[in-house]
Amino acid sequence: MCALRGPVCSFLTRLRRILRIVSERTIVSLIFLCGVSAVIFVFGIFFFVFREGAPFLRHGFDAKEFFLSPDWYPTSATNKRYGILAQLIGTGTVTLVAMLVAVPFSLGAGIFIAEFCGKKTREIMKILIELLAAIPSVVWGFIGLMVMNPLIIWLTGAPIGLNVLNAGVIVGLMSVPIIVTIAEDAIRAVPDTYIEAAEALGATRWQLVRKVILPAAKSGLLAAVLLGVGRAVGETMAVLMCTGHSINIPFDGKAPFFHVLDSVRTLTATIAAEMGEAPRLEVNADGTFPAEALHYQSLFVIGIVLFAVTFVINVTADLIVKGIRKRK
Amino acid sequence: MPETGSIEIKDLTVRYRNKIALDGVSLSIPAKGIYAIIGPANSGKTTLLKSINRTIESEAGVSVKGQIFIDGRNTKRIRDIYELRRRIGMVFPLPVGLPLSIYDNVAYAPRIAGKHARSELDEIVERSLRQAALWDEVKDRLKSLGTMLSGGQQQRLTIARALSHDPEILCLDEFSIAVDPVTTMRIEDVLVELKNKMTIILVTNLVQQARRLGDLTCFMNMGKVVQVDETEKMFSDNPGNQLTYDYVHGVFG
Repeated sequence: MCALRGPVCSFLTRLRRILRIVSERTIVSLIFLCGVSAVIFVFGIFFFVFREGAPFLRHGFDAKEFFLSPDWYPTSATNKRYGILAQLIGTGTVTLVAMLVAVPFSLGAGIFIAEFCGKKTREIMKILIELLAAIPSVVWGFIGLMVMNPLIIWLTGAPIGLNVLNAGVIVGLMSVPIIVTIAEDAIRAVPDTYIEAAEALGATRWQLVRKVILPAAKSGLLAAVLLGVGRAVGETMAVLMCTGHSINIPFDGKAPFFHVLDSVRTLTATIAAEMGEAPRLEVNADGTFPAEALHYQSLFVIGIVLFAVTFVINVTADLIVKGIRKRK
Repeated sequence: MPETGSIEIKDLTVRYRNKIALDGVSLSIPAKGIYAIIGPANSGKTTLLKSINRTIESEAGVSVKGQIFIDGRNTKRIRDIYELRRRIGMVFPLPVGLPLSIYDNVAYAPRIAGKHARSELDEIVERSLRQAALWDEVKDRLKSLGTMLSGGQQQRLTIARALSHDPEILCLDEFSIAVDPVTTMRIEDVLVELKNKMTIILVTNLVQQARRLGDLTCFMNMGKVVQVDETEKMFSDNPGNQLTYDYVHGVFG
């Protein structure tokens, strides 16, 4: 084993063993660090967003006004108002339209890819759909601006084509890939034996999907849709370009439904558009805050609201997916 | 009216891509009675069953040659394969409760065949569960999930499901694999009762089960039929074929 004899040999073997243990430990701790870093980053972001928003929560914050007033005048010299109701509704309506567009398409595509098409078609379809996810959101925004905008004006006669409908369709298409991918996984996770059994009982393809596959994949499909909702709520650049970015509540009290042809503004777009011009000011010498500083901080509070919404959606989706795994 | 449920298989060859699963199998299965098929793993027994109800066609990369006649009708010519499948009950090795209630499991096939009247379904469910010797155990909890039953009960549930559309032919593929001996005996009793009403094809890995139940026994090996004969003869000291003798007496397999 060792060409040298005696003490040299034993020293070399010992050294090798020590080296091996050391390298082993290094690698393990490196991997541990990588794993933990994700958690650290999440908490870091959470901490940062809270720290930046905290002075507003302490000083200018009035929960009733913040959530229930549509008046958003953070830069007004005399009458500063911080109400995000319009943006909340903007985000809500855009997400709703996006899901109305995305859910039927994506679930249909997921069912088709998982159950109805051949292996080759499946591979091609999956690549194409994942390609959809690779399109940068600013390009989607551009499509909304240059394609959807004139199209909507031409089709509906609306004065402008930058509105809930435009943003909803664009965001809907953007959330298709994530919904399709997860829905397809959920459908393919339905045991083949179920399919075999139903087929042997004389079920047609559609009966098989409707009565066996969909009920069995139910929770996975729900999780897919929820993740799509999370994606739609968080989308920024495309909605900034497509919604028209005007503070407006698309209801008029008469109609039971909102007006999809109204321009709105979303929470995310508000942060993106205003962060650059909101000054980050230091505390006054007497411990009070300059009134202008509240704008910057209120944007972070909007960030906290978004954080909370997406967090709840993701955790719900996660719990549902876990539920599926446990039952298997 | 002639008895229904006879199957005539002519020169059936099935390939999975490059692998031959069935190699020129010809069999004549008479109507009524239990037709046992034995043979070691990979001898093509399951493929044979799947060929009969044509579910084999939905598997990828399969090519099927040869003909199967059921009651004299070529199954390849049957347009409505769903109709064909409804005439053939199929029971798989591992019990598969669909993720539905016990009642809905049994009512699944009648429903997809377009029967929706409550009283009719009730009757079908009760009849099928009684036939499968499960009724007394589950009659008070028909609404609970079929997958919550024990393995043996689930297997009887799948038999009830297979019987729900009153099939002419009942195929069982190694049904006793996941079932305890007591339940196995109960299901065997059920089969003996049913064999006057329908053709039962019993694929089994237990040669003794074939001996107990089969009217005729077919021995398959490597995708070919080695011998078909009266069960008694197959299990006698001189079946007329050395390979059969060796398998039946446990020399190989």
